[in-house]
Amino acid sequence: MKAIHQNSTRNRRLGFLYTAPMGLWLTLFFLVPLSIIVTYSFLKKGLYGGVEWEFTFAAYRQMINPSFFRVFLRTLWVSILATTITMILALPCAYAMARSRHQVFYLGLIIIPFWTNSLIRIYAWIAVLSSEGFINEALRTLGIIQESLPLIYNQGAVITVLVYMYIPFAILPLFTVIDKFDFQLLEAARDVGSSKWQSIRHVLLPNIRSGIITAVLFTFIPIFGAYTVPLLVGGKDSYMIGNIIVDQVTKTRNWPLAAAFSLIITAVSTFGVLWMLVSTRKERRRMKTGRAIV
Amino acid sequence: MKGFDVTVRDVSRAYGNFKALDNVSIHIRKGEFFSLLGPSGCGKTTLLRIIAGFDSPDTGTVLLDGNNILPLPPEKRPVNTVFQSYALFPHLSVQENIAFPLRLKKLPESTIAERVREYVHLVQLDDHISKKPAMLSGGQKQRVAIARALINEPSVLLLDEPLSALDAKLRQNLLVELDHLHDQVGITFIYVTHDQSEALSVSDRIAVMNQGKILQVGSPYEIYESPATDFVARFIGETNLFQAVVKHCVPDQDIYMTTLNIPELGKDITVTDYDLLPVGQRVSFTVRPEKLKITSERPFRSGKDLNVFAGVVEEPVYSGFHSKYYVRLDQGSVVKVIQQHANYLDEGPAISWKDTVYVSWIAEDGYIVEAIDS
Repeated sequence: MKAIHQNSTRNRRLGFLYTAPMGLWLTLFFLVPLSIIVTYSFLKKGLYGGVEWEFTFAAYRQMINPSFFRVFLRTLWVSILATTITMILALPCAYAMARSRHQVFYLGLIIIPFWTNSLIRIYAWIAVLSSEGFINEALRTLGIIQESLPLIYNQGAVITVLVYMYIPFAILPLFTVIDKFDFQLLEAARDVGSSKWQSIRHVLLPNIRSGIITAVLFTFIPIFGAYTVPLLVGGKDSYMIGNIIVDQVTKTRNWPLAAAFSLIITAVSTFGVLWMLVSTRKERRRMKTGRAIV
Repeated sequence: MKGFDVTVRDVSRAYGNFKALDNVSIHIRKGEFFSLLGPSGCGKTTLLRIIAGFDSPDTGTVLLDGNNILPLPPEKRPVNTVFQSYALFPHLSVQENIAFPLRLKKLPESTIAERVREYVHLVQLDDHISKKPAMLSGGQKQRVAIARALINEPSVLLLDEPLSALDAKLRQNLLVELDHLHDQVGITFIYVTHDQSEALSVSDRIAVMNQGKILQVGSPYEIYESPATDFVARFIGETNLFQAVVKHCVPDQDIYMTTLNIPELGKDITVTDYDLLPVGQRVSFTVRPEKLKITSERPFRSGKDLNVFAGVVEEPVYSGFHSKYYVRLDQGSVVKVIQQHANYLDEGPAISWKDTVYVSWIAEDGYIVEAIDS
């Protein structure tokens, strides 16, 4: 009895040691930078960048501005649209991969692009979409168009490239959950009277929920903070919060305002994660007592 | 009698070069408890999946109550399945699993609740309705699967090795319950199994399958007592099987007293048969271990219809209510003999290892398998 007791106390102390590196990591690379940003957002801007140590709400007052609000709404809209398109494409891809006999091959196809720097991949898209790019040249040669199509430097291009950049982050978690899914459940659903679509809606989707949530968070959060893609393939209509931050840091040199905008991104991401967590818990509670098909 | 009859006509199904079903035809009667019995890979599950609609045959038709059901998707067939792995929806409670088929039909909430209660009661799960499948035992999961398959009131219930994941004792109990359930709901049951004892104990009729073909269809009694082929004889129960040649065949009232030459046994034996077999025909001879008598003394009775072989007990296997003896006959072959245990009323010492014994049986207890497979 005594030995067991001693053992368990020792384990409890060791348990702290196990988590210590994680805690240290989070403190150093998450809490400290976050505190710096929070602090900066409440300071006065320095004349040539940097900050002056004087408490003020100036940054937040500057933020309350219709043009900034428009950028915020646009960022939200672009992120939601790009995430939705990514999910619509990623689900069937992940499903097909999970059911395929050549899983390793397809996983390789998903991972290979990561061997190339993301900037280079964005420039590759410029070569595809620009007015002298691959698509326009091909269409001109075939005689389908005379004038170049406006494929680049607009919101459409930004969304296209964002979807391309982040779709692997959606496919991988979806693939993992679908791969573990017991496909006989779909047969069982069909057997008792559901159509193909109903069996996916009422049996597959609820059972791969965790993967869907991960995929949405993995795409929405980085897209919401994106700045290189709108910078390189976007136009006037695709200026996003990420671009504001970069411009405030490098051009306007208003670091407190940049910090304040960074906090908006953090807040929206945190809100997204919390919303997902709450909705899963609600869903779980609903399923415990409630109904299968609503 | 509720339920539909099922006619499978000339159905073939190949996967690449592998013939899962090779021109299979059977007729399953209305309300029958019909078993498809065979070793794994014999095509029984493929046939079940074709009837359910999860697979389609390369050629042939499947008729349900006279109507071709092959063009219908699984959800449109009045056929439901109990899956080997249960296939319960893990995100739903017992109650919701059973209600699932009714919810799809968008029935009123009160009707659903009432029907679910009825079926939960039928499979005796009243105390577990709000549990998730992960919290149930194997037997309970099985009951949920059965209730979910029955609640739509199908005309045919397909059961794909439903008891194979359960332990032996539970299997026996559930088998009896399944039999009762069949009597209660009265629909056609098609039961797939590789376990011959399961099939023998509950089925009205059995189809024995091997390598995509149906070898024999008949009642459990027929299948056991009069196997159509060597494979059926060996697969159903235990047996002693020998290659033989017909030596002569004489009528004896309405049967034929047949003498077979069995090289392995080194001498002729007599057996009765309903057919007149031509002299020189090659057949198989089978005699079940429990039909053999093992004695320490040469049997008193004699006559043309008694077959007696002397031998030595090579291996006695005690298994509670009976013992099995492997006896090496003087001619060299080994035969299996199963004997009920001797009790105090019997005379003489028990038979044991290395004992010299006599193995005997009368002509009526042997059986000639006329068809030689391969």
